[in-house]
Amino acid sequence: MIEAEGLTKYYGPLPAIRDVTFTIERGEVVGFLGPNGAGKSTTIRIVTCYMPPTTGLARIDGLDCFSQSLEVRRRIGYLPESVPLYGDLTVRGFLRFAAGAKGVEAKKQEGEVRRVVAVCGLENAAHRIIGHLSKGFRQRVGLAQALLNNPSVLVLDEPTIGLDPAHIIEIRRLIQELREEHTILLSSHILPEVAQICQRVLIINKGQIVATDTPANLTSQLQKSAQIQLQVRGEAKELAHALENLRGVQRVILTQADQERLFVETDRSGDLRPEIARLVVARGMDLLELKLMDLSLEDIFMQLVTEEPSQEDTHS
Amino acid sequence: MKGFLSVYRKELYSLFALPVFYAVAFTFLVIAGYFFYSAIAYYNLLSFQAGQNPMMAKQMNLMEMVLRPFFFDLSIVLLLISPLLTMRLFAEERKTGTMELLLTYPLPDRSIVLAKYAAVVSAFAVIVAGTLPGIFLLNYLGSPAWKPILCGYLGILLLGSSFMSLGVFTSSLTQNQIIAAVLSFGALLMLWVIGWAKSYVGSAMGELLDYLSIVKHFDTFSKGILDSRDLLYYLIFTVFFLFLTLRQMATYRWRG
Repeated sequence: MIEAEGLTKYYGPLPAIRDVTFTIERGEVVGFLGPNGAGKSTTIRIVTCYMPPTTGLARIDGLDCFSQSLEVRRRIGYLPESVPLYGDLTVRGFLRFAAGAKGVEAKKQEGEVRRVVAVCGLENAAHRIIGHLSKGFRQRVGLAQALLNNPSVLVLDEPTIGLDPAHIIEIRRLIQELREEHTILLSSHILPEVAQICQRVLIINKGQIVATDTPANLTSQLQKSAQIQLQVRGEAKELAHALENLRGVQRVILTQADQERLFVETDRSGDLRPEIARLVVARGMDLLELKLMDLSLEDIFMQLVTEEPSQEDTHS
Repeated sequence: MKGFLSVYRKELYSLFALPVFYAVAFTFLVIAGYFFYSAIAYYNLLSFQAGQNPMMAKQMNLMEMVLRPFFFDLSIVLLLISPLLTMRLFAEERKTGTMELLLTYPLPDRSIVLAKYAAVVSAFAVIVAGTLPGIFLLNYLGSPAWKPILCGYLGILLLGSSFMSLGVFTSSLTQNQIIAAVLSFGALLMLWVIGWAKSYVGSAMGELLDYLSIVKHFDTFSKGILDSRDLLYYLIFTVFFLFLTLRQMATYRWRG
């Protein structure tokens, strides 16, 4: 559905992206993740035919984004990062314009506008001037124009940036609802968001794709050690010694503040929780809590995008 | 021309929704009204004198003494207002980022350029139509010949359209509306006075500069003469600058 082959884009002598290659299948929801300035917007602008790459090919539905630009643009709904809108038009007026510009027939424009207004919950704002709308509503208008003419591909650049939490949740819910009918490529630097919405994540850093997989796989693959949190009642110090002798345990950390709480770092050969539980009980102690701490996508992301190994890495 | 109508409607709406249009129209019509009044008042004065002087009465000519100076004065005001009408067309879209939206819609670049140009020319035609009541008044008081007047108005429209094609181009050069206006005003003024150099450069060069002078071609129209050479000049002028605008639009894509 969306194919990128060796996309490279130079701004002057500096490459914004280098050799970016990925494929997105029909019906997928893919998150494009990276720190600011990593090249997310550049890649997205190439895919949406806003600008051509220096080298490489981008294709939508097998159509080339450069030579068959108009055809490609007809298939894409695009929400640019800053949500540029015509501030002097009303919501309805703007959507009417966008519907016409996107090639909706004159007779069907009214119905199509009504449809996207309903999908994006804009009924009460339809007659207001866009320039007077709040950021949350502007975002919805931006999304509404992307949905016009029912494009098969939706490209959303930072759809939730700068919104308050209530609006973020609403926009996410909206995107969740859209996944059934559209292939969605969405960029973000907010990790939980991507983990929540997307089936697959492309992580980009310094203009290059550094990883691509499902959020769950990424987490498990890149996790070098697992950490188990343990809370017991009784003398934890001795227990710590006993735990260290367990096979697979790399390190046991006793927290200073809370003498009854331990962190056990293990390799990922197997699940050590049953053994730990038995050990605690065998020593006649009460086991209050036993929990496998997963590295969050956030930690993974940090590992991928920071060149120096992080604190945890040097220890293990 | 896919999407031409949509962009055209949107541009017209934006033009009429913004105060700039009304300020420009107001200024234009006030100045045009003043010029019209002075031309009529002067003609009036001469008419009284002509009443005592039969020789002079033969020379009294409404077209020559009222309408021609009026059209010429209008052309000067045009020089002033057309950069103000065109300055926002592309500059604002780039400043606010809506250009990204426009360029990712399935619209051919030429539809965008032509729709914007057509919209601003339409708005300009509306402003010029505001001077028509004066002509009707003239028709009521005297008996001017209609064909030369139509010819004069055609000239005004062509001159204004050419001015605006240049304005559209300078607007596509920058994100700053003021710079766009200053550039187009400067270029238009230069084209206006370029013929003055005729007297001191060589004859071949002088001919060329004289031909380039934008207002020289208007002169025949204001006399009530329809000359295809002048029509062609304005046509080529307009097409040339719209073509440059189209090329400029292509560079937005390459530069991002």
